[in-house]
Amino acid sequence: MCVRLRIRIAAVALLGTAAVLAPAGAPAQLTGAGVTTAAAGPAPARQRELVALLRQDCGACHGMRLTGGLGPPLTAEALYAKPADSMTETILSGRPGTAMPPWRHFMTESEAAWLVARLRNGTIDAPDSR
Amino acid sequence: MLAGCAAPLPLRGTGDLGVVIERAIGRLQVVDTSAHATLGTVDGLGDLSHASVVYSRDGRYAYVFGRDGGLTKVDLLERRIDRRTLQAGNSIGGAISQDGRVVAAQNYAPGGVKLFDARTLALLADIPSAVGPDGQRSKVVGLADAPEGRFVASLFDAGEIWLIDARNPRMPRITRFRGIGRQPYDGLVTPDGRYYVAGLFGEDGVALVDLWHPERGATRILDGYGKGEARLPVYKMPHLRGWAIADGYAFLPAVGHHEVLIVDTRTWREVGRVAVAGQPVFVIARPDARQVWVNFALPDNGKVQVIDTETRRVTATLAPGRAVLHLEFTPRGEEVWISVRDDNRVVVYDTATLARVATLAANAPSGIFFTSRATRIGF
Ligand code: HEC
Repeated sequence: MCVRLRIRIAAVALLGTAAVLAPAGAPAQLTGAGVTTAAAGPAPARQRELVALLRQDCGACHGMRLTGGLGPPLTAEALYAKPADSMTETILSGRPGTAMPPWRHFMTESEAAWLVARLRNGTIDAPDSR
Repeated sequence: MLAGCAAPLPLRGTGDLGVVIERAIGRLQVVDTSAHATLGTVDGLGDLSHASVVYSRDGRYAYVFGRDGGLTKVDLLERRIDRRTLQAGNSIGGAISQDGRVVAAQNYAPGGVKLFDARTLALLADIPSAVGPDGQRSKVVGLADAPEGRFVASLFDAGEIWLIDARNPRMPRITRFRGIGRQPYDGLVTPDGRYYVAGLFGEDGVALVDLWHPERGATRILDGYGKGEARLPVYKMPHLRGWAIADGYAFLPAVGHHEVLIVDTRTWREVGRVAVAGQPVFVIARPDARQVWVNFALPDNGKVQVIDTETRRVTATLAPGRAVLHLEFTPRGEEVWISVRDDNRVVVYDTATLARVATLAANAPSGIFFTSRATRIGF
């Protein structure tokens, strides 16, 4: 199944990232909330942190409801047709020459891939949308 | 309170009132800066991420610009929505004209500026922005009011500054300044109303228009201020709006550097820099200009630093809590209110002693806006 495959690749890539990052220290906001397992995504506490980061800090540019701002919308509608790996890469490395910064120091590759998967299928918790 | 059977509201002025945005729940608090108290809340304001506020000149009404394009006129005294309109798909803020009659909204999508009757919120003019390199109408940033019934704004994608003469608001006249630099991200009008300053994100530099002499065009200042230093990632765009002009000097956030740049506003030359704890977001002078307060982007957003404008040194580093989003001085600056999003509170400091004098509970507070803005040029 292609979803499974993608997650496995992400998990392998994570090992690579960790090795590269090791000399510079671990990503700044990893709180040790739990071991990331490939099948289930980050541990629940870490998932909440990532969703909060997405809403609040990504939201500064993409809108708290992800409907766009200085950065483009990150809604399922906007993202589902775009390749997941390149979205993950955009999150980790940013886009030089644009306002999109790299988030490598705030999350691992598998966490970025998890965010992208959730964004693309629209299963990021809806905010209080009154 | 039920409007029908309520006793008449006690008479009071609004000079010591303001609002705190609770962005995640689309609500605002009406606060009293003398009492350090929340007087009440107003909700139903839509998506308030990146919300900003301007005031009617009598200080009674707050015009709240929401991300979802909502423009809401809130009555601070009765604590209710007076009018509300959904004026765009994606908006970022606005301004009010010198005479208080026209409210202008700056929009991302569809990109442009719209002018409204401040009393009724009826649309007076729709000014589409120029198209940027991606073929879309440019996002509009840095909208501010200027003397003689004008507004000034910047076009992020197209790299232009527009001077909008709105004396006849149904027939605004536009003067375009092109090629001012790549990706202006915000702008300010100096407190005396003379200059418009637009920060550039796409290059190291700042664009300047002398509003006394628009015929001289836009000039470039601080060219290449980051030369020779690696540019750090910017996790949040700095904001220029705020009273960042102190004692004849402009204190401006460097983009991609942990520095505040100091520029002499007579010559517009850099005269110094202050190393600070992170990427500055808001750089705001206390109203008497003796101190400049700075907050920061992630990962340094738990700190606030105080710069002494005489020695140009950081004299204090405060830790108000997790995710400091905004700060606002009381009208004469004896206190500063700081919103701390992730601790769900607003913290009030005495600016002379730096002691905490009050804490107010608020749901993920972001912007804080006091009615003293009503009387300031460029707010
Ligand atoms: C300082 C502003 C800013 C912040 C903060 C920001 N982004 Fe972005 N982002 C942008 C901009 C601008 C673009 C468009 C870049 C371009 O023009 O190619 C972008 C593009 C993207 C894209 C590609 C979208 C597409 O359609 O190609 C993704 C995915 C993305 N951002 C995710 C994130 C995530 C996740 C976060 C938080 C962890 C984040 N961004 C935080 C400004 C920002």
